[in-house]
Amino acid sequence: MSITSSHTLEASQLEIGYTHKKQVISIAKNISFALGKGELIGLIGANGIGKSTLLKTLCGINNPINGTIKLNGKDVNTYSEQKLAKALSVVLTGNIPASNLTVTEIIALGRQPYTNWIGSLTKTDIAKIKEVIDLLKLEPIKDRKNYELSDGQLQKVLLGRALSQDTSIIILDEPTTHLDIYHKAYTLSLLKEVAHTTQKTILFSTHEIDLAIQLCDQMMLLTKEDFVVNQPCNLISNGSFSNLFPKDLIRFDAATGSFKVNKTK
Amino acid sequence: MPKAVSYKTIFLGLVVLLLAGMIIDISLGSVKIPFTEVFQIVTGQGSSKETWTHIVLQYRLPKTITAILTGFGLSVSGLLMQTLFRNPLAGPFVLGISSGASLGVAILVMGGSIMGFSFLSSSLSIAIGASIGSFIVLLAILIVARNIRDTMALLIIGLMFGSLTSAIVNILSYFASMEKLQQYVFWNLGSLGNLSWPEVGLFAAVIFIGIFFTLFTIKGLNALLLGEQYAISMGVSVKKIRLIVMISASLLAGSITAFAGPITFIGLAVPHITRLLFKSANHLILIPATMLTGSIVMLFCDSIAQLPGSQFTLPINAITAIIGSPMVIWLLLRKRKILL
Repeated sequence: MSITSSHTLEASQLEIGYTHKKQVISIAKNISFALGKGELIGLIGANGIGKSTLLKTLCGINNPINGTIKLNGKDVNTYSEQKLAKALSVVLTGNIPASNLTVTEIIALGRQPYTNWIGSLTKTDIAKIKEVIDLLKLEPIKDRKNYELSDGQLQKVLLGRALSQDTSIIILDEPTTHLDIYHKAYTLSLLKEVAHTTQKTILFSTHEIDLAIQLCDQMMLLTKEDFVVNQPCNLISNGSFSNLFPKDLIRFDAATGSFKVNKTK
Repeated sequence: MPKAVSYKTIFLGLVVLLLAGMIIDISLGSVKIPFTEVFQIVTGQGSSKETWTHIVLQYRLPKTITAILTGFGLSVSGLLMQTLFRNPLAGPFVLGISSGASLGVAILVMGGSIMGFSFLSSSLSIAIGASIGSFIVLLAILIVARNIRDTMALLIIGLMFGSLTSAIVNILSYFASMEKLQQYVFWNLGSLGNLSWPEVGLFAAVIFIGIFFTLFTIKGLNALLLGEQYAISMGVSVKKIRLIVMISASLLAGSITAFAGPITFIGLAVPHITRLLFKSANHLILIPATMLTGSIVMLFCDSIAQLPGSQFTLPINAITAIIGSPMVIWLLLRKRKILL
């Protein structure tokens, strides 16, 4: 194939938004990027700027107002529900309903796009599930019920479910909410490790800017006026982080790669 | 796999309980028939008394089969509703399907006399009235469901349909004649013993069609345990699953209400009992398991309703509630967590 095949997820001149009472409301436009295999990409931006809308549009839940999205070189609109499920998996923010599902069963659900009408697992499916459990070191808790898991463990299990879906792209919506600082760092380093070892493209939205700067291969910055995507070090040197938030309260400190509260005079 | 073995053991235990329940249910009744005679009649060896053969074959056996079918249908439709709405309080009553059936019967029995014309209120016309009622409510819910994506909203709409229909029933009963009101009240108490063999055959056919449909929802329902968005992301057509579930649940709950009256508690409680018993969320296991548990509970309730040793038979609807509610409360208190 052509050069495009090396990119798993591409967007060109994307305009996102939603329809309200038959009026199209645009949230952001001029979004263009091309993500490659094995990359960890963090999407950051202020609350309400449209991170979730962008992720939903990329997942195919929302339709874009303008522009195209390509998955593995093919327009996302040409994918059937089943094909899309084999190309892209998601980890949503928030908890899942309490049920008797065990860790292994949740991970096994990720095999649904591949199983027959009644969902029976083949040898390949079982091997894949085992591989995911080993990769994420879930062996000790594999028989726990979902309501017995801590927030950090649940996040790992939900990532495991997405991994067993065996897609080239995984999209996570704020995977670090509700976690303490240690588990935030742990989850993001795990994502980096998984992206590099499995050569999957992993895109996540987050508010942990300082951690993302240290761990991501690329970062997307979404603001009202602009969309930029680049390596974290380049984004620091060209001052992009300073435009993320209103400047009255906090400022970006390029030396430490984190935000500092302005001293009151 | 130690788990698979234990599932098998529980299933085996339930099958034994079901057989025992059937034997007890057939043996009990207002006429005392020795157990050995009952066994001989059922196995086709005849009996020393002609009337005993008639009672067992024409009355008790159809009633036992009706109890089993009712248990199958109500518990499965409850399980489907609970997973679809991811709400442990869901059941055929909550969706308003059973209330629709009640409304159909109320209009037929009480409405006719008020409007000045009278229908033949045989058991068959009651069955038709109930089926039309539940079908109309289902149709209304399906039309609303096309425009609403949120299942919580759908649940509330089902509840509203339920209160609306019961309000109409109340108005009808206010104006109805004493005789018609009594007829409706008796139907409302539920009865398993009113069906002839051809009616049992029709009932069984509808129940098995309804359960057959649910086989195609097993995979989708398992995915729905994680929520609708996850299910969609795994390639599940949630709309299709929702449609199949609603059709089969209304077939099951509608026909049961039509043939046996509005029987409460089973649809809500049996799925919870089954989940606690099997500690599983997999619908491949839960669907046959709730069918077994539901039929056992129905047989048990019906046996108690016979009031062994007396001439009286209590309304089945009261027994299901009296036995069921404390049982569910006890189970939940022990477990402290309501699961799907």
